Amino acid sequence: MKLADLTKGAGEWLRGSGPMRDVVISSRIRLARNLAGVPFLAQCGPEQQHEIEQRLRREILNAQIANEVLYVDIASASELDRQLLVERHLISRQHATASHPRGVTITSDETCAIMVNEEDHLRIQVLRSGLDLDDAVDDIMRVDDLLETRMDYAFHAKYGYLTACPTNVGTGLRVSVMLHLPALKMTGEIEKAFRAAHDMRLAIRGLFGEGTEATGDFFQVSNQTTLGKSEEQIVREFVTEMVPQFVAYERRARESLVQRRVLAVDDKARRSLALLRAARMISTDETMYLLSLVRLGVNTGRLEDVNLKTINELFLLTQPAHLQKMLDKKLESEERAEARASYIRQRLGAN
Amino acid sequence: MKRECDKCGKPATVHLTEITNGEKIEKHLCEDCAAAEGITVKASLPISQLLEDFVLQSAGHEDTSDLRCDVCGLTFQEFRQRGVLGCPNDYDAFSEVLDPMLRQAQEGAEQHIGKVPQRADSGQEKQNTMLRLRGELRQAVASENYERAAELRDRLKEMEQ
Repeated sequence: MKLADLTKGAGEWLRGSGPMRDVVISSRIRLARNLAGVPFLAQCGPEQQHEIEQRLRREILNAQIANEVLYVDIASASELDRQLLVERHLISRQHATASHPRGVTITSDETCAIMVNEEDHLRIQVLRSGLDLDDAVDDIMRVDDLLETRMDYAFHAKYGYLTACPTNVGTGLRVSVMLHLPALKMTGEIEKAFRAAHDMRLAIRGLFGEGTEATGDFFQVSNQTTLGKSEEQIVREFVTEMVPQFVAYERRARESLVQRRVLAVDDKARRSLALLRAARMISTDETMYLLSLVRLGVNTGRLEDVNLKTINELFLLTQPAHLQKMLDKKLESEERAEARASYIRQRLGAN
Repeated sequence: MKRECDKCGKPATVHLTEITNGEKIEKHLCEDCAAAEGITVKASLPISQLLEDFVLQSAGHEDTSDLRCDVCGLTFQEFRQRGVLGCPNDYDAFSEVLDPMLRQAQEGAEQHIGKVPQRADSGQEKQNTMLRLRGELRQAVASENYERAAELRDRLKEMEQ
């Protein structure tokens, strides 16, 4: 398996399948883990960071977490490769731009990625399409157990799994669910949904995690409480209460739009599709914005000749690093705009 | 680059990019103005905020200036500056400060009730010994005392088994 193989499809989280897929793009769970008897990363010198990276790389590769895995040495990877991994949500932005020894292990189906030497020694994450947290939690616990037989984790009887930042301590578990909420945005009810999220002690972020604003009506919702609840409880709250509530809000808003302002929905979706099919130069932001409206049109049954899977794939494959990787050359911003428009026309069967 | 709030001139902490009909509009607001506009929810309590809150609340009550972890050497002041801890022992070294912070961040909880590693056998003491040895090892390498470094490395290898 090679990194370049990743650009051929959209990976797990944009497969467009799974429960509540009309609203829930993907589910993700991550666990923060640190080695016992070793300082947290920020307190280690470069030599020790290198030693930890080597040791964890070896242990992860020997743990046989999947049939086929790929380890990427991030410190020596090209900028484009690092960007590609960020776009695919396999590593964080911070992990891409840091300068110390670090890496990531990816399973060939991209459902599991383990970052080595991010903020914690280990950040294990599992991705699923749609709302599929039950399966995700089973998988991540399996991986965690496998790794745990090979090393001692820093653990405290009172505080649980010890993490570099106290806001992750306890379970070290963060659930994130990516939602597509275009109708709530159009009806102006999104703030209400945000306030509800706040009351449920959830954090809302943009498409690419911490420090990014929400683009193209995509919102990432995650838990803030990591201590004093069991892993099952945190996940269960998401599956049975929090996410269904957001999904219900969004579906209701979609229904009401179709009932009361069907012309507006048709107009927005069709204009967006026409623009995507006609553009000769287009930015990432505009692409996201237009694709989001097309997706709304498809999901409300108002646009029938467009395939949802294609739309999902375009969200990812039109990102800067993906375009350059696909064309196998470095492109300046203007060249990317041209390449992006051309690729979109090709995929959407345009004129 | 520090930006000012578009409305009141206070430092902006909320940065939004809105795209309407393909046109990009950037907004920079302070938290209060953003909340007034209904734009944002103060969704997370970042660690820096928690730390500042704690220091403000405890001003005059508790002296945190001489708190220091005797295993990794991190001081509470350093923790405040960078927001991440230095080693597992910091949780005990700074517990009087961390407990109230954790209660605030974790819905009042300060006791883990989730998963426990199957190999939770190696006690805190052993972990701290290993941490100290690693500290010594770093110093030995830095001062080019390779004999001592080799000795320490062997002891650590043994303990890792």
